[in-house]
Amino acid sequence: MPDRIENISVQLKVNGKSYSRTVEPRKLLVEFLREDLDLTGTHVGCDTTYCGACTVLLNGAAVKSCTIFAVQADGAEILTVEGLEKNGELHPIQKAFGDSYGLQCGYCTPGLMLSAVQLLSQNPQPSDKEMRKAIAGNTCRCTGYQNILKAIQAAAQNMKGA
Amino acid sequence: MLAQLGDDAKLLAGGQSLIPLMKLRFANPTHLVDLNFIFGASYIKEDKDAFRFGAMTRHAEIESSAAIGKIPILHDCAAGIADVQVRNRGTIGGSLAEADPSGDWATVLFTLSAEVRCLGTSGERTVSVSDFIKDAYTTVLANDELVSEVAVKIPPKGSGGAYLAFKRSAPVYPTASAAVQLRMEGDICQDAAIALGCVGLTPIRAKDAEAAVRGQALTEKTMAHAIEAVRAAADPQSDMRGSANYKRVVVGALVKRAMEIAVRRARGEQVEVGHVYA
Repeated sequence: MPDRIENISVQLKVNGKSYSRTVEPRKLLVEFLREDLDLTGTHVGCDTTYCGACTVLLNGAAVKSCTIFAVQADGAEILTVEGLEKNGELHPIQKAFGDSYGLQCGYCTPGLMLSAVQLLSQNPQPSDKEMRKAIAGNTCRCTGYQNILKAIQAAAQNMKGA
Repeated sequence: MLAQLGDDAKLLAGGQSLIPLMKLRFANPTHLVDLNFIFGASYIKEDKDAFRFGAMTRHAEIESSAAIGKIPILHDCAAGIADVQVRNRGTIGGSLAEADPSGDWATVLFTLSAEVRCLGTSGERTVSVSDFIKDAYTTVLANDELVSEVAVKIPPKGSGGAYLAFKRSAPVYPTASAAVQLRMEGDICQDAAIALGCVGLTPIRAKDAEAAVRGQALTEKTMAHAIEAVRAAADPQSDMRGSANYKRVVVGALVKRAMEIAVRRARGEQVEVGHVYA
């Protein structure tokens, strides 16, 4: 092992805001978001690429931020749950999760909402099967999947023509 | 760079296997060379008789490419790997170079005429997929070599294939998987390739099972012989995903289903296939 590992500078946009930081090369993106940028809405669940609680959008694509290094996000645009709200207005997916009781303990919710946002950005009117496939990488241990599916469906309806 | 850094360097492609392995300290590289910033390493090109995939092509890109409608088994694989998040990052080149016995791509490509292009400081060479994978987590790649491209020949007319994996839930590795590629003429199976995944240190070609169906009508009896040969060819280990015997039974059942779908596709039917969950 080298004696000392130099920090690497990264520049990226998170929720529309530009950040310039230096980070340890081994630092995971989720730790960078939570510890360096204080964006603690993104959760660490399993830390083994299984549960999807850490899901964020990287240049529009859902990724598990526990399975990507912060330095790999250099130059990227990241969207976390904190970026869903616009001008004090909840994003339709956030409203729908509330209205449909799509959460119980809420731990998996930020990840699920971002997976849903990617789905609806590519497929505004998904079928039940497509919704299930889109959230297969997000584990909810309160077992609230039915209401989560209802929430995504409701969001799709509310976002029509948006 | 790899030549300079030597043994302790690892290439980082999608990172969906390597980063978890590093967290478990199963992999402990001193240097990581990130391939994600290499421009032009991700592409899908169609030649006259083959598709060429850049090594950094993500599973999700293959899943959504219209071109692979010509080789449906590739879609079965790309669309079934883990979950959306992993497919957005993971790459075909990374999957092959990792050579995880539970990986999906190698098993599928064993049934096709597929070649891996390896690029190194001393030049370029092309290796068939079956020669590329040497052992569990071991390929023919030298320390200063990387995968640049995977080329897959479009199967001849009358061909059909299918890939099925059986798993507990989307993000986990399968308990067993089966890839089948057939060429039919009427009711007769002219050629067959059958590969088994997760039931050995590398994907296993079930040659006796292929011989059992080649030149035959796929009757109940013929299929039963083939499935018996599949179970004999499998070499699984008992682990948390199931006992060795259980995996033999599962892989036999998967081959049977995959053959039925392959036959329908060979006739030109559109059949949608998803991975099977417990």
